[in-house]
Amino acid sequence: MSKPKFAMYWAAACGGCEIAVLNVHEGILDVDANFDVVFWPVAMDAKYKDVEAMPDKSITLTLFNGAIRNDENAHIAQMLRAKSQVLVAFGACACEGGIPGLGNLTTKQAILDTAFSTVSTDNPKELRPQTTFKMPEGAIHIPTMYETVKSLDQVVPVDYYMPGCPPESHQIAAVVGLVIKALKGEAQLPPAGAVIGASQSTVCDECKRARGEKTITAFTRMATFQPREDQCLLEQGILCSGMATRGGCDARCPTANMPCVGCYGPAPDVIDQGARMMSAVASVVDSKDPAEIDKIMEGVADPAGTFYRFSMPSSLMRHART
Amino acid sequence: MTEQFEPTIVGFTCNWCSYRAADLAGMSRIKYAPNVRLIRLMCSGRVDPQFVFKALAEGADGVLISGCHPGDCHYVEQNYKTMRRFALLKKTLAALGIEDARVKLVWASAAEGNILAEEIDKMVAEVRALGPLNWKGSEQLTVNSEQSAVGGRSSAVKEMSL
Amino acid sequence: MQRITIDPITRLEGHGKIEIFLDPEGNVANTYFQIPELRGFEQFCVGRPVEEMPVLTGRICGVCPEAHHMAAAKAADAVYHVEIPRTAAKLRELLYSAFYVTDHATHFYALGGPDFVMGPDAPVAERNILGVIHKVGLEIGGKVIQARKAGHTVIEMIGGRKVHPCTSIPGGLSKGITVEQRDEIEKMGRWAIEFAQFSLKLFADIVLGNKAYVDLILGDAYTHRTYSMGMVDEKNHVNFYDGKVSVVDPEGKRLGKYAPSEYTDWIAEHVEPWTYLKFPYLKKVGWKGFTDGKDSGVYTATPLSRLNAADGMATPLAQAEYEKFYATLGGKPVHQRLATHWARLIELLYAAERWVELATDPEIASDNFRAVPTATPTEGVGIVEAPRGTLTHHYWTDERGIVTKVNLIVGTTNNYAPISMSIKKAAESFIKRGVVVSEGILNRVEMAFRAYDPCFGCATHSLPGQMPLQVTVRDARGNVVDVLKQFCD
Ligand code: SF4
Ligand code: SF4
Ligand code: SF4
Ligand code: FES
Repeated sequence: MSKPKFAMYWAAACGGCEIAVLNVHEGILDVDANFDVVFWPVAMDAKYKDVEAMPDKSITLTLFNGAIRNDENAHIAQMLRAKSQVLVAFGACACEGGIPGLGNLTTKQAILDTAFSTVSTDNPKELRPQTTFKMPEGAIHIPTMYETVKSLDQVVPVDYYMPGCPPESHQIAAVVGLVIKALKGEAQLPPAGAVIGASQSTVCDECKRARGEKTITAFTRMATFQPREDQCLLEQGILCSGMATRGGCDARCPTANMPCVGCYGPAPDVIDQGARMMSAVASVVDSKDPAEIDKIMEGVADPAGTFYRFSMPSSLMRHART
Repeated sequence: MTEQFEPTIVGFTCNWCSYRAADLAGMSRIKYAPNVRLIRLMCSGRVDPQFVFKALAEGADGVLISGCHPGDCHYVEQNYKTMRRFALLKKTLAALGIEDARVKLVWASAAEGNILAEEIDKMVAEVRALGPLNWKGSEQLTVNSEQSAVGGRSSAVKEMSL
Repeated sequence: MQRITIDPITRLEGHGKIEIFLDPEGNVANTYFQIPELRGFEQFCVGRPVEEMPVLTGRICGVCPEAHHMAAAKAADAVYHVEIPRTAAKLRELLYSAFYVTDHATHFYALGGPDFVMGPDAPVAERNILGVIHKVGLEIGGKVIQARKAGHTVIEMIGGRKVHPCTSIPGGLSKGITVEQRDEIEKMGRWAIEFAQFSLKLFADIVLGNKAYVDLILGDAYTHRTYSMGMVDEKNHVNFYDGKVSVVDPEGKRLGKYAPSEYTDWIAEHVEPWTYLKFPYLKKVGWKGFTDGKDSGVYTATPLSRLNAADGMATPLAQAEYEKFYATLGGKPVHQRLATHWARLIELLYAAERWVELATDPEIASDNFRAVPTATPTEGVGIVEAPRGTLTHHYWTDERGIVTKVNLIVGTTNNYAPISMSIKKAAESFIKRGVVVSEGILNRVEMAFRAYDPCFGCATHSLPGQMPLQVTVRDARGNVVDVLKQFCD
């Protein structure tokens, strides 16, 4: 009997999700033993045409990482959706748009203009990339960038969401283990639309730092402050996203004396991670005076970037007005 | 005659002061702009920033939040929280390119129907001057959910539990 | 001959695309190597607090986030005019050395190396890490997994996370290491040295011991006489974390060395409208098109070029290998691109030795890992050697340290012009009138750029880690003759 088929693909991604999968180390041999890896750019040679030629739903499990930045990303997403039984939005970029999603705070035009006019760019004719360009020998093409970045579920239906930038390897191993069991009929897959490989709580719940009364009268920044290693960072005035962020990483960043930047996406039952973060921050500020409150909030130097660092495309607003 | 743009404004009021203020305005036949769709919550402290974003993203041209005067909240301190949230919300909205006048916080006691009516008129005039917000989500894409074996969802059908 | 129909999906395939046009005689008229993506970090990082840049720019590339993390942290140090404590610099370099071991091991065994271990004509399906494991045995496969694991363990201990570390901030790091962690790091480092030596021996046995491979390396198809670039310490030894950038001409004569803040005097980036990526070149020499030689500003920034641009290695075992390398290949500089694989293994050994040196440094577990900045932030440049080339981050901020402008010249981008040239040359050498374009020929074209370990995720402007490839061959009328597709890794 042929083995179930496994695929992994990157769209507008950094490759870190793939490295995280490779970082299950020996676990990769389990994947090899239980699946027929039909398509996995980082680890093996594969051809799109082979995937294209596969019957619909012939791939059992596809891990899709990366955001949707252009028409090529969307096209492959649609193709893999059709070929896959279970499609997982893998990693922050696919789940929420991720860091590339910060592009939604600016415009496509501004991105192109900036990239092609930096101090070291030699571009007197102010050229910009053309999706179709006629060379003397013939026309050549590159994909068309979309105006905004999208999460995977904004172009195709997604069965499961596996958050993290990248998902932690022990979570990946656990999910792969579960899928293998489910295929053997020894376990049940979670209900459709579920978030997998993460906790049902927040990063704060996994954080070991001591928490007391949160009463903040000023925010500070890591740039100019060295926090204590044992006390909640938010209580020390550092904008830590732990309260608004889903757990599952064992509070990696706070453990390393850095604030959570929110990579595991919105906490359970939260649609808009940034909105939740605003509420969380508002509840710890210790002031009843509007003028003083405004002054304290000035310490939030980059509200959109801080609250929506990984989730701008899947936020309720999706993008800034440009 | 060119038709005048009439903004749609979603108003969140608390049950104890501002909703009664609005009521009072109605009963006293104080005239104010009919553009506001009022949604009554128990307390202004219940206004999650998500509500504001959802209203704006789904067609509102402005959002009004109103509650009891600081110190008078029936849930003691909740409207101070509203005050602080609002300060952050305004900063974030500004960063998203949404004009200041579109989202407003007004304190009004149950007796201040006239004040609330005035503030509503003022806000409607300002938003009318700004023109429609016309927020567009990302480019529309058709999502066919039948493709999924386990019935996966797409954000198009993601529902918000308020 | 295998003929593959491409439309309608051609345009939508892959993150790297090669178009080969043939003239009426059937010889190669031109080749275009296109990069189809741009994510726009230089634009969307504007407005962000500068201390977040090490975390944000890490997401340019998840294959070498450590390089971006370090370059960004160094740029942010410079923005705040802060000199970081010695322990902080050593911890960062220790993390970075462990990263180099992991990354070079991954490349040699999983990405570029399979060509050699499996042989350039091995079937596509075997040219991957599993193929390598099957050929050299599970035991070696285990070693490779072990090496990657050791590197990532150190990265996590110092950097807080395995992929996308988070601890480097202006003034140093957010935390230090304990004495127990230090001991563990040292132990893994000693093992890494053995692993590096083992890998060099494997290379000597399989590649250097095989005349056909040696001829392939030394052959003209893979040779380009360009300038070489690489970072060096004050003794002109290769250094990955800190120093000045040395540039030598195609004869091996040093053109000069520049400090990070001087990079704009040295580097400029040429623009072509048919790709999302720019082509850096040496400003002092000038852009003369896709051509090599002393008059062309095209340079390479790779393990090979780093060896060429330096006077030696800072550690004894690597130095011995360095000498052997040039003795075997006929002296400095070496321009045969396939020798890059060997150079990479010498760097692997150096990184492992440096790992142990730093782990045994008496200051490494001290708690002097942060100097909190006090000066008003302005502007700063940070440079490190990424595995795939010199990596430059340049930030401007307002007085609050909010980023107002960003310029990035990223690892692989440096090599965009030479890679394009290598592809063209390999295509010209192997695709000739009357010769059937086969899979094997495709692989030889591919090998031309795989030597550079191209990572167009790094290109900020594009995507992602390792690059899938499509080659389209067109005749003189622009009709598609053949399309060969696969992922380069
Ligand atoms: S989620 Fe993070 S690790 Fe994964 S592709 Fe996106 S940026 Fe890279
Ligand atoms: S806010 Fe941050 S530091 Fe505080 S408990 Fe939550 S995760 Fe930990
Ligand atoms: S602490 Fe926050 S940012 Fe760090 S890994 Fe966990 S979820 Fe991601
Ligand atoms: S009850 Fe009116 S604001 Fe709380």
